[in-house]
Amino acid sequence: MTTTNNRFEPGTFSPDPRPAAVPSMLAAQFRLELKLLLRNGEQLLLTMFIPITLLVGLTLLPLGSFGPNRAATFAPPIMALAVISTAFTGQAIAVAFDRRYGALKRLGATALPVWGIVAGKSLAVVTVVFLQSILLGAIGVGLGWRPEVLGLALGAVIIALGTFAFAALGLLLGGTLKAEIVLAIANLLWFVFAGLGALTLESEVDGGVVSQTVRFIARLTPSGALTEALGQAMTVSVDWFGIAVLAAWGALSALCALRWFRFT
Amino acid sequence: MTPSVETPVRVRGVTKRFGSTTAVNGLDLEVQRAEVLALLGPNGAGKTTTVEMCEGFLSPDEGSIEILGMNPAVDNARLRERIGVMLQGGGGYPAARAGEMLDLVAAYSANPLDPAWLMATLGLTDAAKTTYRRLSGGQQQRLALACAVVGRPELVFLDEPTAGMDAHARIVVWDLIDGLRRDGVTIVLTTHQLTEAEQLADHLVIIDNGVAVAKGTPAELMGRGAENQLRFSAPPKLDLSLLVTALPESYVASELSPGEYLVEGSIDPQVLATVTAWCARVNVLATDMRVEQRSLEDVFLDITGRELRS
Repeated sequence: MTTTNNRFEPGTFSPDPRPAAVPSMLAAQFRLELKLLLRNGEQLLLTMFIPITLLVGLTLLPLGSFGPNRAATFAPPIMALAVISTAFTGQAIAVAFDRRYGALKRLGATALPVWGIVAGKSLAVVTVVFLQSILLGAIGVGLGWRPEVLGLALGAVIIALGTFAFAALGLLLGGTLKAEIVLAIANLLWFVFAGLGALTLESEVDGGVVSQTVRFIARLTPSGALTEALGQAMTVSVDWFGIAVLAAWGALSALCALRWFRFT
Repeated sequence: MTPSVETPVRVRGVTKRFGSTTAVNGLDLEVQRAEVLALLGPNGAGKTTTVEMCEGFLSPDEGSIEILGMNPAVDNARLRERIGVMLQGGGGYPAARAGEMLDLVAAYSANPLDPAWLMATLGLTDAAKTTYRRLSGGQQQRLALACAVVGRPELVFLDEPTAGMDAHARIVVWDLIDGLRRDGVTIVLTTHQLTEAEQLADHLVIIDNGVAVAKGTPAELMGRGAENQLRFSAPPKLDLSLLVTALPESYVASELSPGEYLVEGSIDPQVLATVTAWCARVNVLATDMRVEQRSLEDVFLDITGRELRS
């Protein structure tokens, strides 16, 4: 073979393989991951429109007896549901399809450190959760919710912990099974998690409809624990039991994800 | 810049098993700097497994691999900073646009090639805003190649670089690979296209069932064991006895079909001169005289007994 008449000027491809600084790699990674999260219509439906619709609908429609301030009753659990949507369901599905299309293996063959892939995704999820919380909180306030500042601060800590736990669960699910199966399971679990969260909620106000045993079992699940802990936080009370349950789920899922997560 | 390694790829006695299947069996490879090595073999021969061990995606069960002086399974992070990888079938975020995907990979490098120029070079400008999952197979391949070279690597692994590409794109890619080599980049590529191996490679390794069954330059492999043949056309029913007498012993001359003649034996300039001298002597104008060489395809079939495109 010849190198005459090559269309590329000599020196075009002269090697100079130097990696970019880690912060700029991470920034690029975060930017694209965030763009992908915010551009995905189905994700937005799940992470923004459904929670907002639920909050507005449940607050304004006279269904059931949920005390005098319905916005205060519904804002925290719907924030919890929004966390689950983004960190768990959305994340699991996105990761599963990234794997299906070879994105993670592709990135695993570049200078980006492997932890950078997870960090980019996590930062994007945290950002979306932050935006959701602000948006839902503002709508809640508009509907008459008046949380205390300390309650909001405690709530932010619980949301952070919940994001960690559900993101770890999402990575575990999305990182181990086939994309179609993840799609089905992640959506199904969204309903299950919503229901389990609702169990802790209803028992608070209706008393007696849900038995203590069922309620206790619900609080052992990650969504029950998050909903309960967030609800308590907003009334400036610390649900240590819920925090412990969430931390345990998060740690266990993270360990399993580290062990079984697959790039392809 | 890090000092260049004269032998960027050293693979010694490497074996890789998946369950009861031995994908690669005692393979040795060496590639010198700024050389193109083509791994040629049918599907399932062990080409991708070999390349993925060199890239650090898989670890060998036996043997040693040294890439740019590093063990890819151990020094994976440092190695990935210096190599470019084109995975079989590409790879990218399904919802990211082609341009975004290349920009992302370019952002991992301190001094990347201009992504927009690379997109234009590979005919991807019109597809820059198309999401990865909507790209055609050929476009995904070209994007994967762009991702492999955008960081100015000193060594690239290209797993079936032109699979699914049309003829025009293939020529651009061949030119690009040639340009990489000219500029000092070492290249390991896999292919099951003989023309590609013949066109691009300085050295070829034919792999079958995980074993290197033949190695050499394309010319060496095509000449290897080839009992060359000289064919020519002339009026039919010529008396060949004078020719046979003139040729060295063990050479055979025959009329294959009326007017089509064949001389079998090792064909060198002296033999050619003997044949033309005989033509002059019997006053025959031989036309269409040619020395037949075996194609790489013949060599491949001889060695592996298998069709390449399975």
